[in-house]
Amino acid sequence: MRHRKYPFIVGFLIIPIVLYLVLVIWPYLQTFGYSLTDWSGASQTMHFVGLRNYTQLFGDSVFRTALLHNLLLLVLLPIATILLSLFFAFMLNVGGRGGTGGVQGVRGAGFYKVIFFFPQVLSVAILSVLFQAVYRTDQGGLLNGVLVKLGLENANHPWQWLADPNLALWCVMGVLVWSGVGFYLVLFSAAMQSIPKDIYEAALLDGAKRTQTFFTITLPLLWETVQTAWVYLAIAAMDAFALVSTMTQGAYYGGGPNYHSEVMSTYLMRNFITFGKAGYACAMGVVIFFITLILSVVSLRVTRRERIEY
Amino acid sequence: MTTNADLTTEVPAPRDHPAPARKPAREQRFADGGGVLNVFSHGFLALWAVMIIGPLVWIVLGSFKTDAQIGGSAWAWPAHWGFSAFSYAWHQGIAHYFANTLIVLVGSVTLTMLLGSMAAYVLARYAFPGNRIIYFFFVAGAMFPVYLALVPLFFMVKNLGQISPLLGLNSYLGLILVYVAYSLPFTVFFMYSFFRSLPTAVHEAAMIDGCSHTRAFFQVMVPMAKSGLISVGIFNVLGQWNQYLLPVTLMQQQHGGDPDHSVLTQGLINLAQQSGYASNFPALFAGMTIAMLPVLVVYLSFQRQVQAGLTSATLK
Repeated sequence: MRHRKYPFIVGFLIIPIVLYLVLVIWPYLQTFGYSLTDWSGASQTMHFVGLRNYTQLFGDSVFRTALLHNLLLLVLLPIATILLSLFFAFMLNVGGRGGTGGVQGVRGAGFYKVIFFFPQVLSVAILSVLFQAVYRTDQGGLLNGVLVKLGLENANHPWQWLADPNLALWCVMGVLVWSGVGFYLVLFSAAMQSIPKDIYEAALLDGAKRTQTFFTITLPLLWETVQTAWVYLAIAAMDAFALVSTMTQGAYYGGGPNYHSEVMSTYLMRNFITFGKAGYACAMGVVIFFITLILSVVSLRVTRRERIEY
Repeated sequence: MTTNADLTTEVPAPRDHPAPARKPAREQRFADGGGVLNVFSHGFLALWAVMIIGPLVWIVLGSFKTDAQIGGSAWAWPAHWGFSAFSYAWHQGIAHYFANTLIVLVGSVTLTMLLGSMAAYVLARYAFPGNRIIYFFFVAGAMFPVYLALVPLFFMVKNLGQISPLLGLNSYLGLILVYVAYSLPFTVFFMYSFFRSLPTAVHEAAMIDGCSHTRAFFQVMVPMAKSGLISVGIFNVLGQWNQYLLPVTLMQQQHGGDPDHSVLTQGLINLAQQSGYASNFPALFAGMTIAMLPVLVVYLSFQRQVQAGLTSATLK
């Protein structure tokens, strides 16, 4: 006995699909279309200009600076975050004192995990306001306060953090690492727990040191998870919009001082909303899209290894 | 794509094995080598924990300080423990933004879960032409950053507002639908593999007993998928609660008389940027504390599910 299947299938799928088409797929496609026009965003009139937006884009020095900053984040953010979280995950899962030769995490591993993960559930708005207070340029800032207390900086010439052209981008990256490590730590922990304990125990019996087991057992078996983490972090590095636009100096969508923390997404939004160059902004969107896509595919290809079954 | 993989990436509780009294000489050697590493690792772990907790506690303390204290030294200690900054922040708009966020979230999370699991269920359990295409069509959306679609999305929602003012810019329903649409890829993706992993026998028994497809879904499959729904639900609550880019684009007052529908994240940034708060840091800090509290409570009560839900999704 078969109930009528197709009315049910259509009935269940129609609303999600329409919603998704109208609000997600169509806008993405439109971005491509608008990138070929001189649309200002405010009016509905626009002219087809072919690839002019794209040629203009590659001559735009601010865009090149922004691209460079994104690439810098793209390289350094995953490295810093993955190294720290791998180290912590290893400590929490197998770094403990092996009393009977067994393998276990340090004491209080669960407690550390709960704390480390917490920034992940804070919104960027909170992160932004929080770190603006931490990075205050006077002695009321937490970071300057701590550094003066430790005697690491002169109280009369405190560091300028977000106001310092050479530090602003690093400050933003610091926040990204601070909030991201916990998530990847938990991600790596979950993967590490699926590695059978007897592999470690066999290695330890053979006289391996714990640092050795990390490089010869943990890392190779974790490779796929590290790859996933890399792709996620790369996407985060290409974005960074919310933090840069709210934390850094600059009247519209941050990026200051003097473009020193500009990223592509903030420059895109400024062109779209403030400068009324929506077509140009869409062209940037398309470029970012392709860079993201290419990077994801390339990094997955390059780092591909044979899957190890256990 | 693994569809039947184990979904519950459990994060086990810490195991505190008491140190055994007797240690064979062989293992003693290893433990000695690890002693230095142990101190070293504990040091780093503790340092990082302090770096996480420190700023947060500092902000909470800040909401009890005076403005002069906050500007003067990071180490100032609150002179008296009054809640005036909290009540000021609450009445200054935080309460209002809180209510807005709740209204949006109740609608958007409910709809996301309902529509997402409906779509995922049909795609996971029914063979029909185009099934795979629709599935990949949903999943592909998770790959691209939202801001790429932002420009056209803004105008799309604006045009929807011309159909009905209930749907347009600065409307609850408009934002709810956008949240739902952008949460669908992940929800469908996750629930799809969850429904695939459930046994088919119960569903078949229900069908033989004359249960309709719709009823089988709501009364048999949904209860069976409860744990998966909770994981995705938490993910969506947190994700949508923390959303900033979408509301800041779509929830702006369109004209003077337009009601302020800002959500909490937006309100917080506005408050931080407004001159009214420039000279009132305690209220800003109090506002942040108020905004953090619900997340903290949800996180601490569901932290195992939160961690499992967020990470199992990315491990796929």
